[in-house]
Amino acid sequence: MATPISPLFIPKPHLQLLLNELRHRGYSVVGPTVDQEAIVYGEIQSIEQLPQGWTDEQAPGHYRLKRRDDNAWFGFVVGPHSWKKYLFPPKTTLLTAEKTESGWQFIPRSADTTKFALLGVRACELAAMRIQDQVFLNGPYQDPLYRERREHLFVISVNCTQAASTCFCTSMKTGPRCENGFDLALTEIDTGFLCEVGSERGREVLDAFVSLARRASEGSSVASNSNNDCVTANEICFATPEQLKSAENARQQAVDQITRQMETSDLPGLLLSNLDHPRWKEVGERCLSCTNCTMVCPTCFCSSVTEVRDLNMDRVERERTWDSCFNPDFSYLGGSLVRNDTASRYRQWLTHKLDGWHAQFGTSGCVGCGRCITWCPVGIDITEEVAAIREETSP
Amino acid sequence: MTTSSQPTLRENPWFTHTVRIADLIEETEGVATYQLVMTDGNSSSMYEFVPGQFNMLYLPGVGESAISMSGDPDRNDGWIHTVRVAGNVTKTLARLQRGDTLGLRGPFGAGWPVSELVRKDVIIVAGGLGMAPLRPLVYYLMNHREQFGKIWLILGARTSDGLLYPSEYAAWRKRDIEVILTVDRATAGWNGHVGVVTQLIDRLQLSRPEQSHLVTCGPEVMMKYAAMSGLRLGIDAERIWVSMERNMQCAAGLCGHCQLGPEFICKDGPVVRYDRIRPYLFVEQL
Amino acid sequence: MPRKPRLAVFKFASCDGCQLSLLDAEDELLAICDRVEIAHFAEASSDLQPGPYDVALVEGSITTHEDAERIKRVRADSKFLMTIGACATSGGIQSLRNWGQIDEWVQSVYPSPEFIRTLATSTAIADHVLVDFALHGCPINHHQLVDILVALAEGRNPRVPSHSVCLDCKHRGTVCHVVARGIPCLGPVTQSGCGAICPAYDRGCYGCFGPSQPANTASLVSQFRSHGHSTEKLVPLLRSFNAAAPEFQRASEQLVILGPNSEG
Repeated sequence: MATPISPLFIPKPHLQLLLNELRHRGYSVVGPTVDQEAIVYGEIQSIEQLPQGWTDEQAPGHYRLKRRDDNAWFGFVVGPHSWKKYLFPPKTTLLTAEKTESGWQFIPRSADTTKFALLGVRACELAAMRIQDQVFLNGPYQDPLYRERREHLFVISVNCTQAASTCFCTSMKTGPRCENGFDLALTEIDTGFLCEVGSERGREVLDAFVSLARRASEGSSVASNSNNDCVTANEICFATPEQLKSAENARQQAVDQITRQMETSDLPGLLLSNLDHPRWKEVGERCLSCTNCTMVCPTCFCSSVTEVRDLNMDRVERERTWDSCFNPDFSYLGGSLVRNDTASRYRQWLTHKLDGWHAQFGTSGCVGCGRCITWCPVGIDITEEVAAIREETSP
Repeated sequence: MTTSSQPTLRENPWFTHTVRIADLIEETEGVATYQLVMTDGNSSSMYEFVPGQFNMLYLPGVGESAISMSGDPDRNDGWIHTVRVAGNVTKTLARLQRGDTLGLRGPFGAGWPVSELVRKDVIIVAGGLGMAPLRPLVYYLMNHREQFGKIWLILGARTSDGLLYPSEYAAWRKRDIEVILTVDRATAGWNGHVGVVTQLIDRLQLSRPEQSHLVTCGPEVMMKYAAMSGLRLGIDAERIWVSMERNMQCAAGLCGHCQLGPEFICKDGPVVRYDRIRPYLFVEQL
Repeated sequence: MPRKPRLAVFKFASCDGCQLSLLDAEDELLAICDRVEIAHFAEASSDLQPGPYDVALVEGSITTHEDAERIKRVRADSKFLMTIGACATSGGIQSLRNWGQIDEWVQSVYPSPEFIRTLATSTAIADHVLVDFALHGCPINHHQLVDILVALAEGRNPRVPSHSVCLDCKHRGTVCHVVARGIPCLGPVTQSGCGAICPAYDRGCYGCFGPSQPANTASLVSQFRSHGHSTEKLVPLLRSFNAAAPEFQRASEQLVILGPNSEG
């Protein structure tokens, strides 16, 4: 396929045809939708299910779903869910053990053929996927379920056009612009979306979608060259310079709204060299050890395996569930706990995320999405904690 | 020939083999050695491992436990594991008999640095059950004795009953390994050393400390002191190796449980170079 | 084949709901009977055999002098004593009397108060005898009970998760009520076991399973207060089925000392 083609303009209602095309190709399309007074990720069939006209207001320990004064479809930031639930599900069976006459037999879980198309992935979330790829695919061992689902994944990212007070992707150099890692990328402007292609697979789906749209609009012209002239706003054409400009402005608005920062120049290093810092004890007194930050984090990958058995023990399933370094049992070793207070568990989380992660996976474990700040019931702010450790460190 | 449908450990670290207890030997009170044979294939390399590595033993309905290999890496007659009854998995294992089956996946982890030890003097320090993961190393050094310099094995236990594999010491000595035994508390009939292993390390006369390695496995506190003794003898931290224990669940660096500082003890360890782990070993509750 | 462990179930001040959850475990009940000998279970059979017992399940709290003595005999008769439910584990809803005037209450509730002999407090079994294992919940989760009985019968140490309800909410995809709606929810300080039911049905957690490990009630309550939730609302939240659990009791008493919120 020829290199950079300028973005296509897709009128808003046409997005339904893209969903149809993906569903036709066997994808289960998941995207943002309003549920439980929040914008969550769930399966969607129709563009009507998108959070049209909704936004989110976020601050440490605070999230509110709010009406917008316009009808933007992606006019919000990131919510309580992350995409990791599709690639690394909260609960999954790893193995089944069956008792037979010749003893125990172990049956690996059968290959997963679920195909997910994610709609509305933000730049920080693309970064989170890259990080989980490092964890689950690029080390000495792979997670088979993650691999299978990742191979089949179709990603439609959406560029942020606004930011929450908790966002700090610019510090982590993960956004807000979607640079790569997507099949298609959208930028929302008033009347539609500008669509960029990020992969061969994305190109193929887009082409099919365009012909679908062409058939749907019967005879109205669809651009096939660069000097097209769109007659009406209901057509798919190459974006006009005005549209490109307005997309650029929309994206810049997100950049301008980001106020939160995390200094990263001394990471890795700062935290692992301050393991005795008094701040750990202080934050340990505020922290609930409730696991919320780790559960909402799009990169946290800890899990535990439990035995699910029938009483006769003829059949046992090994079930893997999301776990958290904030759980006391997490560090259980020979009858006692290695990390036996909240301060030590918070220290583990933060030093791992921002420091040890670099040595383990060649990247920070933080993408600056701000979820751990928003969804901490007592509003502990990761950026503030790092800054406190830095400030109070005698050089 | 292995079954072609089996994925590699990299592709699916959860893939679990059925193994049968071919033999079991009661070592001491609550400690037994198991010979486990695979029921699904018989390749000539199926029991290959590096001394210091471990397998995950799986008792369905109860769970898994990481257990180091304790057999001879140059033999191919089964997985040999010396296990002490501690938690629920090992408790259940202790009730099994010859012929019973269980699950096994592995081998996992980084083992003892056998190639780095070539032409070097080696001080092996074992405490209690810590001898189990060191026995494959002892076998390896014996099997290739001419490649190594002087070898000491300092083995300590609470009482003489806790000294593992006593029937083998004579054979080890015969292969020019200086086996030095010590107990914390002397019981009737004991006329060897009484005291902690570090006292014996301190007494060693190393002719070339800069060409010596110290490898140790045992309780964490013992290993810390053994490492400090090694440093005092002039052995650099880069030539001291400890075998760490943490909560291991996946064994593949995917579940997060076993971290100590930036290390995943399951895949970066269990054998870790002391200079890498030292900054974290002395921090409480890390 | 080793002999089956002898099981006994004892009731103290309680509603019987936790004992019933053992009977409710219909699918597993027969299999349990294969593994344990039910020697003493008044709720299920009038054939009450004397001790000693291998495992005693104790339901209910201690509210009378007689029960304070009886629990000692149960303990002496039992190798492994396990509390089942909030009453036995932390004193139950009836521990609200611990903050009241028992004499006044007896006078106002009973037509013939002279027949009532009771202690001024409702206390947990562990306040009287050594407890080997505590199963939380109001009522308990019968799957957890069955797991524990099987573990004991198979000679394993019983373990149940001690983490907070939040983890279960997140597994279910339930959006946090504290953060998204400003509802005071005890989930962050309550032990898992219920499967996070209430938050999934648009209500905050009531703390039926008692304090999680750890339960930082001080930090959570201070956050609730800064959100403007009043002492009048928070004290009853903390004083329900596990009112006398130390972490909840401390937090509610602290709130009473602090008094009404100063607005702002």
